[in-house]
Amino acid sequence: MSLFGLYNYWIVVFLMMAGFYVVVAHENLIKKIVGLNVFQASVFILYITVGKVQGGTAPIIGENFTIYSNPLPHVLILTAIVVGVATTALGLALVIRIKEAYGTIEDDEIAALEEEP
Amino acid sequence: MALTVIAIIRLRNLYAVVMLASIFSLMAAAIFVILDAVDVAFTEAAVGAGISTVLGLGTIALTTSEEKKPTRLKLFPLLVVLITGGALIYGTLDLAKYGDPNAPAHKHVAPTYLKEAPEKTGIPNVVTSVLASYRGYDTLGEVTVIFTAGVGVILLLGNWRFIGRRREDNDV
Repeated sequence: MSLFGLYNYWIVVFLMMAGFYVVVAHENLIKKIVGLNVFQASVFILYITVGKVQGGTAPIIGENFTIYSNPLPHVLILTAIVVGVATTALGLALVIRIKEAYGTIEDDEIAALEEEP
Repeated sequence: MALTVIAIIRLRNLYAVVMLASIFSLMAAAIFVILDAVDVAFTEAAVGAGISTVLGLGTIALTTSEEKKPTRLKLFPLLVVLITGGALIYGTLDLAKYGDPNAPAHKHVAPTYLKEAPEKTGIPNVVTSVLASYRGYDTLGEVTVIFTAGVGVILLLGNWRFIGRRREDNDV
């Protein structure tokens, strides 16, 4: 059994875990949101590689082509990208409010401030 | 792309991190072009590399541009990430091969869309016809999410205290 055809998923897993690491290991909230974006992009790449057909072309119907890539994942990811930027905007707005309220955007410092009476 | 991500993990200057995230998005867009997803590619280039970067830079301007030094080496998150990654790699072993035309994903509704969409909607670009016609309700839901996010941002960042004060002044 050849495993070579699965390398696209392994790229996705690497990017996903890198984003995940940024989210769990870093305290800075802006960096956490960038990590979430990387995670998100890895999911986009996963869907788009699933939609790829060998020898296919972009799903715009023309007379000279017979094989097209799957258009459905493209539609889903088009929606997901725009939703992703909306949630990013909301997250960054929350970060600005947290900075105003606590004077820091480091997660552990905020936790320490909360524990003080 | 992997190098960019590693640099994002290592760097503590948030300005550099946001710019690298922009470069990462642009490379993702290039990959989408190679994978035949042209519509997705220009959305990613405009939204991911453009708007997200502007939002990130705006946030840095309003907060801080330097991450503090890590206090200790964190082994536990690394362990969690490695175990999750290993499980995911194990999960990929059963998936369809890259570009396989007989994969289950290509056997369900996609052939119907490719065959019928140009005749039924009159649009040669199948992605557009599926987005706006067959799955128009998805796009409606997307608009709802964006609207909610926009309302949330306005509520969080709008200057409500000022408005409240002005109202009190009027009462007096």
